Amino acid sequence: MTLNLFYFLSFVAIFASLLVVFSKSPVHSVLYLIVAFFAIGGHYLLLNAEFLFIVHIIVYAGAIMVLFLYVIMLLNLNEESEPHKSNLLKFAAAIAGGLLLLILVASLKGVDQLPAATMQHDVGYVKKLGHVLFTEYLLPFEITSVLLLAAMVGAVMLGKPEKYNKG
Amino acid sequence: MISFFIYKAILVVGIFAITLFVAAYSTYAERKVAAFLQDRVGPDRAGPFGMFQPLADGLKFMMKEEIIPDFANKFLFILGPSIAMMTALMAGVVIPWGNSLVIDGKQYFLQIADLNVGILYVFAVVSIGVYGIMIGGWASNNKFSLLGAIRASAQMISYEIAMGLSIIALIITTGTLSLREISLLQTGGVGGHWNFWNVVYQPVGFIIFLICAFAETNRTPFDLPECETELVGGYHTEYSSMKLALYLFAEYINMFISSAVISTLYFGGFNFPFMNDLGLDQNTITILGTLFFFAKITFFIFFFMWIRWTIPRFRYDQLMNLGWKALIPLAVINIFITGLVIIIKTHYLN
Repeated sequence: MTLNLFYFLSFVAIFASLLVVFSKSPVHSVLYLIVAFFAIGGHYLLLNAEFLFIVHIIVYAGAIMVLFLYVIMLLNLNEESEPHKSNLLKFAAAIAGGLLLLILVASLKGVDQLPAATMQHDVGYVKKLGHVLFTEYLLPFEITSVLLLAAMVGAVMLGKPEKYNKG
Repeated sequence: MISFFIYKAILVVGIFAITLFVAAYSTYAERKVAAFLQDRVGPDRAGPFGMFQPLADGLKFMMKEEIIPDFANKFLFILGPSIAMMTALMAGVVIPWGNSLVIDGKQYFLQIADLNVGILYVFAVVSIGVYGIMIGGWASNNKFSLLGAIRASAQMISYEIAMGLSIIALIITTGTLSLREISLLQTGGVGGHWNFWNVVYQPVGFIIFLICAFAETNRTPFDLPECETELVGGYHTEYSSMKLALYLFAEYINMFISSAVISTLYFGGFNFPFMNDLGLDQNTITILGTLFFFAKITFFIFFFMWIRWTIPRFRYDQLMNLGWKALIPLAVINIFITGLVIIIKTHYLN
C-alpha cells in the first residue's frame, strides 16, 4: 500500500515537473508546479512528517506560488509575449542543468551504504520537532532566522519609494 | 472495523449535509438581516416568512443559461469555482463538533479527524482556497475579473500573516495545535473548575483573528475582490448560473467554517458554562454541547452579517495599511507579551 502510494506520488511529481518545463503558458507552468508541490508533500506524509507536510503546503503552495501567480497575472505573461531566448542561452542552461544532474547522481551513489534510520511514529510531530530544533540544532536554527530577517529587511528597503532612500 | 467505517461515513455525510444546509439558510438569513437592519421586509413570498427562498434561489440558479466566454480558458474556468467549493468544504474535517458519545460502551468522537496539526490544516486549506478565485478570475479573460483575482490574492496573503501570528500567541497559552485538545482545555467555561474560555486570555489575539477572518472570507468591509462600484462583479464577473452559485455558496460555507473555528479557538467550542455541575450523563452533555456550539456559530454568522450591513467597504490602501502596519505589529507584540507572561508565571509565581 505504502509502496504503491510512493510510486504514484513519485509519478505525479515527476510528470507535473516535466509539464512545468514543457508547457507553453507561464500560468499553466505555475499550476503544474503547485501539483508537483502537493505530490512532494504527500511524500512527507508517507514519512509521518505531518507538520512538515502542512507547512510545506502553507508556505509553498499557499504563499509562494500565489505570489508567482500574482506576478505572472499582473505582467499578463502568455504564450505570445513570452520572450524567445537565444541559442547561446539555451546551450548554457543545458550545461548548467546537466552539471546539477551529475552532482545529484554522484551524491546518490553511496546512499545504500548509509545506515537506515529507525522509523519512529512520532518523528514528525510538532513537539518532537520543536524540541530538537531548540536543543540540538539551536545554532543553525537561530542563524537561519537571522538570515530570513536580513532578507526581510532587504525586501522592505527595495520596496520603499526612491525618495526615502536618499540621505 | 466495519462499525468504524460506518461511524465515520455517517459523520462525514452528516457534516456535509449540515454545512450545505447552514450555507443555504445563511443566504436567507443574510437577506432577512439586511432587511431588518434597513427597515424592510425582506424575502417573504416563498412559503411562510419566505422560508423556502433558498430552494427557489437554487432552482433559479440551476435553470439559468450557462455561459462560458469565447476566449476563456475552458478547463480553468470550470476548475476555479470547483476549487473554491472544495476547499471551503474541506476545513470542516478537523473541527470538533462535539465531545464524545458513548454507545454500547464505545466512545465515538464527533470529529472526523483529530490531526495533531489541526489548526495548521485549517490554514493550509484557507491558503489553497485563494486559487479558486485567482484561477477563475484569470481564466475569465476579462480585465475586471483579473483585477478582482489580483486583489483577492494580495489581500489573502497579507491577512494570512497576521492571522498566523495571532494564532501563535494562542498556541503558546494552550501548548497544542489539535483543535480537539484546545476545546477540551476550555472545559467548564466560567463554572466548576474555573477554566476560562481562551478569549479571556487572548483578547487581542481574538480581535486580530476576527478581523483577519473577515478579510479571508472576503466579507465586507474587506470585499474588495468583488467590489461592484469599481470592478463590475470582481472575479466572478463572467460567471453565470451554477458556477456563480458555487462561488457565492463557497463564501457562505467559509463564513460558517470561520465562525466554527473562532468558536472553537476562543469561545470554548462545544463547552458551555457549568456543564460539569449539572449532574448530567456524558451523552446529554455532549448533545447539549453540540447545540451550544451551533448557537455560538449562529451568533458569529449573524455578527458577520451585522458588520456587512453596518460598515462601508475599505479603500484598497486602507486595507493594506491595516493589515501590514497595524495588525501584524500588534500580533507580534501580543506574542511577545504572552510569552513574557507565561515565563513569569512558570518561573516566578510557583
